[in-house]
Amino acid sequence: MEKISGARSLMIALEKEGVEIAFGLPGGANLPIYDELYKSNIRHILVRHEQSASRMADGFGRVSRRPGVCFATSGPGATNIVTGIATAQADSAPMIAITGQVPSKMIGRDAFQESDIIGITNPIVKYAFQPMTPNEIPEVVKKAFYIASTGRPGPVLIDIPKDVQQNEAEVHFPTEVKIRGYHPWVDPDITQIERATEMLLSAERPIILAGGGVIISSAFAELQSIAELLMIPVVTTFKGKGSFPENHPLSLGPIGMHGHAEANKLMTEADCVLACGSRFSDRSVGTFEEFERNLKIIHMDVDPAEIGKNQTTNVAVVGDVKTSLRIMVKMLIQKAIKRNGESAWAKRVKETKDYYRENLKIHPHPLAASKVLKKLREVLPAQSIVTTEVGQHQMWASLFFDVIHPGTFFSSTGLGTMGWGFPAAIGAKAAKPDVPVLDIAGEGSFNMTENSLAVSVLEDIPVIVFLLNNFTLGMVAQWQRTFYDRRMIGVDLKNCPDYVKIAEAYGAQGIRATTLDEIGKAVQTAIKSNVATVIDIPIDPQEDVLPFVAPGTSLKDMILPS
Amino acid sequence: MWSIISVLVENKPGVLFKITNLFRSRNYNIDSISVGVTENPEVSRMTITTEADEKQLNQIIKQLDKLIDTLEVKLLDEKKSVYRELVMMKLKVSKPTDIKEITDLANAFKCDVHDVRKSSIIVEITATPDRINALTDLVKGYGILEMARTGICALARGYGDEG
Repeated sequence: MEKISGARSLMIALEKEGVEIAFGLPGGANLPIYDELYKSNIRHILVRHEQSASRMADGFGRVSRRPGVCFATSGPGATNIVTGIATAQADSAPMIAITGQVPSKMIGRDAFQESDIIGITNPIVKYAFQPMTPNEIPEVVKKAFYIASTGRPGPVLIDIPKDVQQNEAEVHFPTEVKIRGYHPWVDPDITQIERATEMLLSAERPIILAGGGVIISSAFAELQSIAELLMIPVVTTFKGKGSFPENHPLSLGPIGMHGHAEANKLMTEADCVLACGSRFSDRSVGTFEEFERNLKIIHMDVDPAEIGKNQTTNVAVVGDVKTSLRIMVKMLIQKAIKRNGESAWAKRVKETKDYYRENLKIHPHPLAASKVLKKLREVLPAQSIVTTEVGQHQMWASLFFDVIHPGTFFSSTGLGTMGWGFPAAIGAKAAKPDVPVLDIAGEGSFNMTENSLAVSVLEDIPVIVFLLNNFTLGMVAQWQRTFYDRRMIGVDLKNCPDYVKIAEAYGAQGIRATTLDEIGKAVQTAIKSNVATVIDIPIDPQEDVLPFVAPGTSLKDMILPS
Repeated sequence: MWSIISVLVENKPGVLFKITNLFRSRNYNIDSISVGVTENPEVSRMTITTEADEKQLNQIIKQLDKLIDTLEVKLLDEKKSVYRELVMMKLKVSKPTDIKEITDLANAFKCDVHDVRKSSIIVEITATPDRINALTDLVKGYGILEMARTGICALARGYGDEG
């Protein structure tokens, strides 16, 4: 058998996993890997900061449902991807992060650019490997992809000392791997699904809570069947936004801190919830004790550790959400259960939804967020992929931007990572080049990774940055206005830089849009021209995100716009 | 509620760190932990004792189980398991009669004495925490100079055998 280097075996193993694209930035400790990347068919996307490499890999992974791959060198290169790894872990996104490490003999000697990335990332990875011989690498890669993409997906780190990249060995490539302590797929218990179905059928005021697990397992059709067969309204978590078409009559939209008023209101009135692939985060449910009061909880999740973590569950169904829902649909069809929307609850749902949709006060500004985002929805094709940054614009997107095609909306919902949306959009576009990809952004977040414009332009991965620019760290400003008696500090960004000029400096298209009409046209221009575009939209810095469930309070304490 | 959890894990570097880091990052409490290789050299057994309410204990077990390097996680029933801890205490010897008294106590507790000197004596006891506490209370008066504990080590009793 021929001897090959660790770096070569890494590249072959990645190609065997079907990797066609990887995001990264080279450095001293991963140069042998890059030298093999030079010879391989894998397309390398050079980023301007490693944090963006991990976010591009994340965006790629969420959209393609295959792990996105990113490379970073040892030390600062590795620590720069830590936030990206934590983001992927919080949102269960499949990712493979491959870092260079100082040579094995130097480990522990505080060598130049040495960091204990295995130790640093321990609580935020699904698993981490540090192969110490070249012939371990193929098995490590195979296991890493298996772990990252199965069960509840997540990030896996592979940290390879430089000498292990360079040394040569006879290498064997396994076709399958077994990990005895890892059982990602559990067949759902049929009896539990029967119990869940009975509980749902006997409820007077049932509601479905769809979480990110519905999107990860593509359980859209099954979810819709159950909702329609039983005429149950659907609320989502923020991560689950777009798991159910938001123009559907049964859709109430996201619940939570900045959930839709009708969703929060009806969630508190329900007597039974079917929660699918949701972890009951504090941002979604408010206070745990209040949420579960007078509520029967059916919880379907692939991760057994989520059952009972935040809420007390009445019926738990552990297993893939799509499989569990499919079995439930079959049971309903066998029992010939099909309900019409004539119940008192259905009427209450409709009446509540209509009331809030007609009577909530809209911010009095020509470019109020609701108007701007509704305009965007009008002109953006339904199959387009939308990402967001983190802050007010993100919550406005949650409130006012309806997702029509399931699984086309992605955001850093768990960790809340500013600067995620733009590089993630580039990763998304790399995974799905045929559809428009747009990042609903705020300028505070965009500042953090705007240098990815170079990547979008030079690598010809054109995405649109839809910049709701209020010259402020808006969400922090809102909290200072609301909870700190308007003592504003550390929030004023003073309209710097000029984002049209920034775009142009990178060779991208910059458009300033100051009316709804201009906004519509700018989006159409961006889609048609197919070049990276920043649309700078000056909005009102005084606009708050409302409704608002203040932290530490319950959904019924929702503050409405007045 | 004091509980004993028995965990079989992959016997490889970094696993102990993952287990203890899980307890730290999720704000669980480790009362004691003992680790050693099993009859299978690829597998280690960790015996962890913890103070947690039922809900938290449930989570601890699930989160431990979720770790890829854990092979089996069991909550041990105190009544259906054998559990012991080894403790060594270096006691102060103030007057010659102390040695005799301490040795008598050790005999009563069926434990050993080592390193008998003019000014100190080491007592070694392997027992349940209750018995260890009882002995500790009795010898406190002499002055405990140093103490070392292994943490609880436990095995479930045999199937169908209520002995």
